[in-house]
This record gives sequence, C-alpha cells and structure tokens, in this order.
Amino acid sequence: MKSLGIGARVETLPKWTKIVFFVLLALFCYALPVLQLPLITTPDVDFGGVLFTVALYVLIALGLNIVVGYAGLLDLGYVGFYAVGAYSVAVLTTEHGSVPYLWTIPVAVGLAMLSGVLLGAPTLRVRGDYLAIVTLGFGEIIRLTAVNLDWLGGARGISNVPGPPDICKVTEGDVCRQPLFEIPHLDWSTGTPLVDLNHQTGFLDFGVLDLVPYYWFALTIVILVLIADRRIKDSRVGRAWEATREDEDAAELMGVPTFRFKLLAFAMGAFVGGLAGALFAGNSSFVSPLSFLLLYSILFVAAVVVGGQGNRWGAVVGGIVVAYLPERFRSFQDWRVMIFGVALMLLAVYRPQGLLPPRRRKRAAQAEREDQATHTPTTIEGAT
Amino acid sequence: MDFNLLTHHFFELTITGLALGSVYALVALGYTMVYGVLRLINFAHSEVFLYGTFATLWVTYFMGATPNSSTGAVIGMLAVALVLSMAVSGGVALLLEKFAYRPLIKRNAPQLIALISAIGASFFLSEAMGLRDRITGFIGLDDNLSRYVASARDTRSIAFDMPRRNLFAIGDYQVNTTDLLVILSALLMMLAVDQFIRRSRLGRGVRAVAQDPESAALMGVNSVRVVQLTFFLGGIMAGAAATLYMIRIGATKFDAGFILGVKAFTAAVMGGIGNLRGALLGGLVLGVAENYGSAIFGTQWKDVVAFVLLVVILLFRPTGLLGESLGKARA
Repeated sequence: MKSLGIGARVETLPKWTKIVFFVLLALFCYALPVLQLPLITTPDVDFGGVLFTVALYVLIALGLNIVVGYAGLLDLGYVGFYAVGAYSVAVLTTEHGSVPYLWTIPVAVGLAMLSGVLLGAPTLRVRGDYLAIVTLGFGEIIRLTAVNLDWLGGARGISNVPGPPDICKVTEGDVCRQPLFEIPHLDWSTGTPLVDLNHQTGFLDFGVLDLVPYYWFALTIVILVLIADRRIKDSRVGRAWEATREDEDAAELMGVPTFRFKLLAFAMGAFVGGLAGALFAGNSSFVSPLSFLLLYSILFVAAVVVGGQGNRWGAVVGGIVVAYLPERFRSFQDWRVMIFGVALMLLAVYRPQGLLPPRRRKRAAQAEREDQATHTPTTIEGAT
Repeated sequence: MDFNLLTHHFFELTITGLALGSVYALVALGYTMVYGVLRLINFAHSEVFLYGTFATLWVTYFMGATPNSSTGAVIGMLAVALVLSMAVSGGVALLLEKFAYRPLIKRNAPQLIALISAIGASFFLSEAMGLRDRITGFIGLDDNLSRYVASARDTRSIAFDMPRRNLFAIGDYQVNTTDLLVILSALLMMLAVDQFIRRSRLGRGVRAVAQDPESAALMGVNSVRVVQLTFFLGGIMAGAAATLYMIRIGATKFDAGFILGVKAFTAAVMGGIGNLRGALLGGLVLGVAENYGSAIFGTQWKDVVAFVLLVVILLFRPTGLLGESLGKARA
C-alpha cells in the first residue's frame, strides 16, 4: 500500500469535506494572532508583525511560483516588481499626491504588470539562464534608479505612507478611538488559556501599535490569490504553462503560443509582486531602496524552491519557512543567515524536490524510476 | 549627461576600465567554465573570490607589511600572496564542489535545486567570514589572531602603500605600474587557461564533458575528475583575481564578493556563457563600459549602465558576444 501525502489525502476527500477543511484552515489562520499559541508565538518580536511578514512572503512566493514553478522561468529580479508596487503606493499617497491608500493599490498593481510586460517582451525570447541574469539586472536597475532619483525619495526613501483606512465607531483625526468591536487575546502564561482583556485587537483598526489587522488584511488577499491561482492553474492557461515549461519546442509545435503565455506568466507574477509591494508600503509606512536588495530576490526564489516549485501549497510552506524561522529564532540573531545557508544546502541534498513537490512531478519521477528499472537493468556506474 | 568628462579623460577611463575589466574577466572564467560543463550557475563562486581577497590580506599581514615596507618587500609579499590566495580559492572551490554539488549531481537533482544549494553555500561562506571573530572565539584563539579576525564585519585594508610609478603616456594618461601589472597578469593567466583547455589532454576531457557528458563517460572520461578540475581552475583564477583586486582596490569586507560576483557573472553572460574567450571579452567590455557610463551619467549610474548594456547585447546577440562554445550549441 502506497502511503499518501497530506495533499493526496485531502484530494481524495469528498468535495464538501474539502471545503470544510479549507474553511477551517482559513479560520485557524485568522485566529492565530489571537490564540497566541505557545511555541508558535515568537518570544522576542511582536507576533502580529511577524505574521504579517509571513503572509507577505507567502503572497510573494505564490506570485513567483507562477513564474518559476508553473512557467519554468527563473526570475532573479522579482524584488523589482515588489519595489514598483511599493513605490507606486508611496509616490501616489505621500510624495507626489494624496490619493487614498486603497485607490493606489490598483494603480500599483497595474504599473507592476506593465513593468513585467515591458521587461518580458524583449527578454523572454532569450532562454533559461540568460533570463536569470537579465531579470537580476532588472531588479538592480529598479533599486538603483530609486536610490538615484530624488523624485523617488533617493536613498533616504519615502516615509509616512498611509495604510488602509480604519473602519471605526469613533475617530479622532486619523486615530481610531473606539473600534467597531475588540477581540481579546489569549494568555497562556499559566499553562492554561485565559482570556486576556488587557490585550485586545480592534477590528479593522489599522494603527501603528497593533499589526494584527494588517495581518488579517494580508491574509484575506493571500486567500483570494490562492483561489485565483487554483482557477488559473487548472485552466487552459495553466496547462499551456506546463507544456511550455516541460518542452518549449514541443509545445510550440502543438500550437501553444509559448511566447505569449510566458509573457502572461510574467505579467501575472508581476501582478502579485506589485500587490505584495503595495501591502508592504501600507504596513511599514516607510519605503526605501534598502527594502529591495537583490538578496530578497534570492530569498524569494529560495522560498519557492524550498517549498516545491509548481505547487501552490509548496509555495505557501516555503514562504512560511523563509519568513517565519528567522523571526522565531531571533535569539540566534547573528548566526541566522549562516544557519539559513546551511539549511538550504542540507535541504538541497536531502530533499531536492522541495518540501511539498507537486503531485504530477512525483508521479513523473516514479514513472521514470519504473521505466529505468524495466529498460536498463544494469547501470553504467562503472564507466564514470 | 556630460560628454566633456568622457572626451577629456578618454584614455584614463579606458585603461582603468580595462584593469577593472580584467579582474571581472578572471572571476568570470570560473562562472563560465562551471556553467559550460554542468549547466549550473555557481552562485557561490563570488565567495571563492572573497576568500582569495582575505588570503591576500592575511598573508601580507602575516609577513609584516607596514606602510614603510620597501618596494622589493611589497613585491615579494604580493608574489607569495598571489600563490597562496590561488591555493586558498582553489581549495574553497574544491570543497564547494564536494559538499554543495556532488551530492546533488549523484542524485540527479533538478537544476534549480543546485542553484539553491549554491545560494546556501554562498550565504554560509560569506557569513562564516563575517563571523570569524565569534568562530575563533569558540576555540579561544581570538586573542592570538585578533589582527586577522577582529572587527569581522568591517572593511579591512592592506597595510602597505602600493608602489606606483608612471611608466608611459597613452594620450594624456600616464599608465602606471599597477594598471599594467593587473592587465598583463590577467591576460597571461587567461591565455594559460585557454591554451590548457584547448591543447592539453585534461582540457580535452573538459571539452568532451561539456559537449556531451554521457558520451564522454562512455569514452572513458572520468566526469567527476573533470568537474573537480573545472571548479579548481575557476577557483585558482578567482584567487589570482582576488590578489589583483587587492592590488587595485586595497580593501575587502565579508560581503565584498557578492556585487563583484554579479558583475563577473554579467561579464560571462555578455561574452557568451561557457566560452572562455567570451569571458575575457565580456569582462573587458563591461569594465570599460562601466567607466564610460559613470563618466557620462555620473558614478551612481554605473551599475545601471552595466545591466542595461547586458540587456541590449542579449537582445541582439541572444547567446552573448561570442556565443557558447565550450558546451554544445543549444537550440
């Protein structure tokens, strides 16, 4: 009997159980910051902020997964789209205008998509590894332009970027005095959960002290993107991406306009990247070139590959791993990048397919093994 | 936009650009050879270079370099540093191959995961250098070695003044000894590697594996050895580049490898990745173009010029200036 992974097990459930499962999972995710579960909660940093960062990374990993995982295009400059999104918001709300935050999100996303198309149109004709360095260059060009142009705030960046509007019962200026209702957190310090009325989170109160509402906002977007991702992956577009990734020439011969689909993947990826950038700008209220270093592009690719490229749940897990672990183990502060490096190497050696590889790839690997077992009984190990 | 600066200092910009470009070219060799043989972007190659710069630094410290060291002493120290930093970088490259790549190649892992392993190795190596004071602190050696490991996260400079003498004038620029030294030694080493790959028996093995690993294995080429050899050759070239870099720039830092690695990889791609002569051409073009670019648009746009140039070149020559020749031509 073949053992089933979690994914396969969920897949075999009847449809309504599946829906219930995912709804419960989503509810659990929403409740996380309030539950304050021991072990999971970060001891040294604000848990709400960490959860927001995790949601942001998950979103980014989902977007990059479309480009790297589905379409098979190695993008080492993904941070560029993220930066375009963040800067669009910052410029429109603060530096050169005072458009409300929520209105700037569509603009930010549109500009990110546009930059994706502008970058992709000339460069997607070059193949494979060349694309990696070209996109890497693009990410750096965006960052250096932001550093050098005073119009974009230069090296000091843009501060005081507003967040989403509060929805409140009583407001005083910009500050929410009395939110619609408050949700108390749990307190585990005695070993049993107690309701902690001293720590409450105001519903839809996007203040500076409590980042939990931002997390809920980001999580909602993540869920929407996940649903959209599922619809796209199972459509003709998703199949075209897969065909292009596996064998571009064969796909072209079968009548798939590969270039157009690659461009679409790029634009979709840029869309999600821009969205993540806009979220980031609204949350951190400060956008500077330091947030868009090349290093982050690499971290994003690591998130996708660590999780298992081509599987949206893999991307989710990868985003969580890359964003959460360093925050959880902040006591190792100085050593964490080094430990992260070692972890990446170990993962590559012991789990090369990623933590959650897509099922199709697992099946392909198994078929290949069976194929080899029947056709080439003796290996040619000795020759090498 | 300021073309005055460019026209007035044209020869100076060209010569210094060539000197910087030859350092890029030497590092680019490592990227290009590993890519040619394994189809792998060896992301950690920048750290191979980094360890070379520190080897050079420490050798000159160890040999007691001071600002008053005589010219002869400096030349002697640099010669020793060159050899040792080549050895260190070659060693690091071999270790990389052993721990970060060979386990993956054995398991026939997908290409992207090898990139992840390389990224991991790169993080590890550069952070290990940045935490060297702590690491030596564990074994209680940090007091004895304080000169080498103290302030691990800051920029460290070589302790002597590089003797410079102006040799001859090209246009209105006085070419000095360091320019000439850097350019000539880089060219010499590139020539040696090129001839080694083209003429020697081992070089033929490298070319064979690059063209078709399976057939090469069937013809009795030991592919593990070939891969080791490529890593090692790339490593010693990066070591040489590191010494030349220290001669020109004179300072290094635990994360100094990264940006230079990106530039060198750009140079390799620009020239046609997998192509040794392409790496040379790409490096020189990149170095000179950066200098011209910073003269015209201002220094802060230097890197932007470099990357835009790369994109433009790839648009018109999708396989780089000289095409891919070490590996088989891909459709």
